[in-house]
Amino acid sequence: MPVTVRLPGALRDAAGGETRLTASGRTLRDVIADIDRRHPGFASRVLDDAGALRSYVNVYIGDEDARERGGSAAAVPDGSEVMVIPAMAGGR
Amino acid sequence: MTRLTAELVRERVRGTILERVGDTPLIPLHRVGAGLRGDLWVKIESANPGGSVKDRPGLWMVLDAEEEGWLGRRRVVLDATSGNTGVALAMVCAVRGHALELCVPDKVSLERKRIARAFGAQLVLTDPLEGTDGAIREAQRRAAADPDRYVYVDQYSNPANPLSHELGTAAEIWKQSGGRVTHFVAGVGTSGTIVGVSRGLRPKGVRIVAVQPDAALHGIDGWKHMPTALRPAIWDERVADVHRVMGTEEALAITKRLAREEGIFTGPSGGAAVAAALAVAREEAGRIVVLIADGGDRYLSTPLWE
Repeated sequence: MPVTVRLPGALRDAAGGETRLTASGRTLRDVIADIDRRHPGFASRVLDDAGALRSYVNVYIGDEDARERGGSAAAVPDGSEVMVIPAMAGGR
Repeated sequence: MTRLTAELVRERVRGTILERVGDTPLIPLHRVGAGLRGDLWVKIESANPGGSVKDRPGLWMVLDAEEEGWLGRRRVVLDATSGNTGVALAMVCAVRGHALELCVPDKVSLERKRIARAFGAQLVLTDPLEGTDGAIREAQRRAAADPDRYVYVDQYSNPANPLSHELGTAAEIWKQSGGRVTHFVAGVGTSGTIVGVSRGLRPKGVRIVAVQPDAALHGIDGWKHMPTALRPAIWDERVADVHRVMGTEEALAITKRLAREEGIFTGPSGGAAVAAALAVAREEAGRIVVLIADGGDRYLSTPLWE
């Protein structure tokens, strides 16, 4: 069963202009890889060279902070909503 | 047009905590950047009572609204912020006796939301996916829907924001450096710092270096990637002699070096500004002053210091 992924405007260009898309995968890393197959380069915007979440990217799986559930290895239950949020917020 | 002067601001805040806004330390870096052509000096804005550079525009914007007669007893100060301006406005409004509402993107760092609430501010949480621009749109919507209730200070458009830096920050840097400052380096968020300091120091021959994040998705808190963001009305590219971009990873590396090698505990934007100044110091001689906007303690709940 696919999951819904919501992206900030700052990642729209990396996902073919979309801010809401569907993807599949058992872990967050799998979900990101699935999007990267359709939109090459997407994964590197969210994950560092070691495959960990970049320090300035927060991901919520439902209401849970993925960082507290294993980071990019966090399990993504079927039907979840995954939200990618810039950890920073410009302008203060 | 605002009527504020540095003397009037001093007079209005005498005998309160707000008297301590400004006059922050200017100190040289000894290890980070050693051996380069330029000497690096940093202006430590975490020394402000609210913990960031935003105390300056926060104070001046509220006092300006008072001077203009916009803040009657029942009116509420309103702004959009991702944190430091919210803390500054909350502190100022607590002292001056004004109610405050802040539109804040949900899931910004916990510290700042809690500090603003501690000072008595009401927070309106906006869609985190829309970031600061979403918070700005919500503040605009509220101000338009109930103009009698709100005084929307709007840090992105308010001339009192750059004025606080022109008559405050720039004058301090000139005095503290004995007129020897040759370059000023700062990031662009609302752009109030760079616009105001440029107005104060550029006529004296100081080169102004404005720095932006290198991508739309970045981790340099408070800075704006102008090509993809809502453009602040006060922003004017022509105030800078040089425009540079900075990547988040390089900024974070320098943020950590500042703590370990200089004892300066700053946030990502301080590291980013110093990283950009290092590039300037490699190329040009002179006394390069860098503005460090806040302290690292505002980011303890983020992955930066894990």
